[in-house]
Amino acid sequence: MIDFRGVTITYPGARQPALRDVTLHIPEGELCLVVGRTGVGKSTLLGAINGLVPHFTGGALAGRVTVAGLDTRTHPPRELAGVVGVVMQDPVYGFVTDTVEEELAYGMEQLAVPAAVMRKRVEETLDLLSLAHLRRRSLHSLSGGQQQRVAIGSVLTAHPRVLVLDEPTSALDPAAAEDVLAALTRLVHDLGVTVVLAEHRLERVIEYADMLVSVDSLGRVTAGKPGAMMRVSDVAPPVVRLGQAVGWDPLPLSVRDARRRGGDLRAQLQRCATPEEPVVAEPRTVLHARRLVVRYGDVIAVAGVDLDVHAGQVLALMGRNGSGKTSLLWALQGSGARHGGSVTVDANGDAEDADPSRLTPAEARTRVGLVPQSPGDLLYLATVDNECDLADSQSQRPPGTCRAILDRIVPSVDGDAHPRDLSEGQRLALALAVQLCPRPSVVMLDEPTRGLDESAKVRFAEVIAELATQGQAIVVATHDVEFVASVADRVVVLAEGEIVADGPTADVVVASPVFAPQVAKVMHPARWLTVAQVTAAVAAEGVR
Amino acid sequence: MGRSTKAGPHVTQRLPRPLHPGAWWLWALGMATAVSRTTNPLTLVVFAAAVGCVVSFRRTEAPWARGFGTYLRLGLLVVAIRVVFRMLLGGQYGTTVLFTLPELHLPDATAGVRIGGAVSLEGILAAVYDGVRLATLLICLGAANVLANPKRLLKSLPAALHEMGVAVTVALTVAPQLVESGQRIRRARKLRGAARRGNGLVKGILIPVLEDALDRSLVLAAAMDSRGYGRRADQPRGVRVVTATLVLTGVAGVCVGTYGVLDGTTPRVLGGPMLAAGCLVAIVGIRVGGRRVLRSVYRPDPWGAAEWMVAACGLAAAAAMFIASSVDPSNLYPTLQPLRWPTLAALPAIGALIGAMPALLAPPVDLGQASSVSRDVAVAS
Repeated sequence: MIDFRGVTITYPGARQPALRDVTLHIPEGELCLVVGRTGVGKSTLLGAINGLVPHFTGGALAGRVTVAGLDTRTHPPRELAGVVGVVMQDPVYGFVTDTVEEELAYGMEQLAVPAAVMRKRVEETLDLLSLAHLRRRSLHSLSGGQQQRVAIGSVLTAHPRVLVLDEPTSALDPAAAEDVLAALTRLVHDLGVTVVLAEHRLERVIEYADMLVSVDSLGRVTAGKPGAMMRVSDVAPPVVRLGQAVGWDPLPLSVRDARRRGGDLRAQLQRCATPEEPVVAEPRTVLHARRLVVRYGDVIAVAGVDLDVHAGQVLALMGRNGSGKTSLLWALQGSGARHGGSVTVDANGDAEDADPSRLTPAEARTRVGLVPQSPGDLLYLATVDNECDLADSQSQRPPGTCRAILDRIVPSVDGDAHPRDLSEGQRLALALAVQLCPRPSVVMLDEPTRGLDESAKVRFAEVIAELATQGQAIVVATHDVEFVASVADRVVVLAEGEIVADGPTADVVVASPVFAPQVAKVMHPARWLTVAQVTAAVAAEGVR
Repeated sequence: MGRSTKAGPHVTQRLPRPLHPGAWWLWALGMATAVSRTTNPLTLVVFAAAVGCVVSFRRTEAPWARGFGTYLRLGLLVVAIRVVFRMLLGGQYGTTVLFTLPELHLPDATAGVRIGGAVSLEGILAAVYDGVRLATLLICLGAANVLANPKRLLKSLPAALHEMGVAVTVALTVAPQLVESGQRIRRARKLRGAARRGNGLVKGILIPVLEDALDRSLVLAAAMDSRGYGRRADQPRGVRVVTATLVLTGVAGVCVGTYGVLDGTTPRVLGGPMLAAGCLVAIVGIRVGGRRVLRSVYRPDPWGAAEWMVAACGLAAAAAMFIASSVDPSNLYPTLQPLRWPTLAALPAIGALIGAMPALLAPPVDLGQASSVSRDVAVAS
């Protein structure tokens, strides 16, 4: 269906090609997963399928890309619109109209599909993706998962034979991601659509993939069956790493496979004590919130939340999209809206406890530092060094403080680089360094792992753990259950603005069908959360 | 037996559906043209009532349909402003002096301009008459805005203007996005503790917002390109030149013709005939240009009997006032010297009555559908 023959793509001004001599055949009706670290040519590979690369982005293409027999050299993206459907990383940015029904019809209008056929296809697609009850809704009032499904539907109505998706689930909560993936597998199984998707969250997707394409940092591509590819891959979901660690063959790709294989392991580890959370004798509470309320018009985002945050503890805030996590963070920080309740925050040392919303923004950030969902919003100067200097002077710390913090998080960031040119991980590190600079009592991060690849995420988890051991109080709002399992001491689950669960990570996530990490699902009912815990226990058992 | 046949297939109940926005606009423009032909406050009030009646019968719950009150208030404001200015600045005539304001004596160079002084009933009435005419015009156009779905109107643009329509639609969605990213970045700036102004504001907010907008528009352009936007059949250069010439000439003709129709003093030829000729030329141009665009429209608004009737009502109202202005002009422009009560003549009253008929002729609105939209908007906001 999709053929790359000796394809090399070089962007103007780039020192090395983004893709190097790629020869690849993706057969019809396959679900093909593209993996690789951020910044390698994954998006280039996806863009080349419908000719956006190089027709839209510029650059030189050597070799030949054909889709359903059409050469992208002679067919620009708009001519391929009926053959290849593309769903962008952030579906909201790609919406042209403003209601669900019109968005579904837009592509067909461009292709001059007759009105009667359009009407029929819109109804079919509404049913296929379970969107019928949303048909007249405004696109911007939908949740993230619904928007993603509308984006898929809007390209599907043109009846493409290939569907290309860039990170379709990275912004979604676990349940919404399941919905989107269920829709995709249905397309592959029932309609024979060829699906090519790039995704960092391997643990969500890999069990559905028929084929894995891995792009390395030189732009070379290897392809194969997921089971075989996982044996050599440097990125792998927890079930695969668990399988590697305990030597299962073939490697399990899904929780179900691993559970079937895991009977012996579970029996073996039943005798070991599950890892206990280190109990802090008398945790110092640095932030008290009582009866916190945030509302937007009739919608109550945060409904009377009581929360204490302790020094040296990593608190993960979980809950579906729209459950009030972000509103809660901003209200705690003091610069967001707050319509009731009280917040008091310790100062580090000298000053008295205070309500951050009564302080000036400059004072509030010495109590609570917040890294928003898009960390780039915090950065607006031309170079990394300028940002660091400004952070030092704004927080009245000796020059070089911010840079030192940054170097501790990620070493060797180029000081002359523009913040927009940094990788996602580096940009997050810089924003975090800027917010840590005034030594806030609490630092809060909103969805920090979005856009981070596996290795950046591991490094980031280490940074968070290190900060916590130094006594920093940390609050992380996130959907990423694996990240939570590896880093959080305590989990708070929000639903409809209320706290529905609050306790040590293992207590909250192990029994939860949505928030349990893969290892916990495999080892259920024992309380193991990460591969590292399991391998340590297995090693100890072996020694004994 | 007789009863059952009556309730049978002969009486087809009209299904609720939105009327074609073009029909609402034609009706509203007809009413506005009619109103522009008179200063008789009684006639104007009757026309405004007719428009208000149609709006209250046929408006939906959609967000754009809630603004009629604003147009009414705007109309009252126009009248008030006119009266106040007339009282303060001279231009007083007539003998019925109501009261005298303290007068400001200006140097001789500004002869003819008087500030303050005697305020006459005739002067105030003249201001009121003029103001009411302007207010009624505003109400007519406001009614079109309230009744017609602006997006559907853009959708029913002819194919040749489709790209313009898409540009407007995209611009309409970009404006709220800019506001949103401005707010997001301003909030982020607060997180850094900065409350600087001036240069910092430009650097810290404006540039990131513009960068954001640029990023978004690139993504949108890529998305539109990969969804087939801009596919077109090739056309020789000659045809394109002819198309452009036809459309531009036609639009110029429409402009001159509109002016001729609205201004009673221009020669008759420059009125109706010019308007008709301009429309014809523009339509031919748009038809020729539309052939190069290959696209179709999802659920197009039909133009049926109801649309014809609603549009005809507006045009009939305008025609009634045209005839009235040649039969009895003194009724349409009531005299103030000597002061006399204005009267409502039969012909303008009939015109207004016809103008009110869309309240019944237009198909009923689907409140179930509309209320789901409004609920949605309430949740989103």
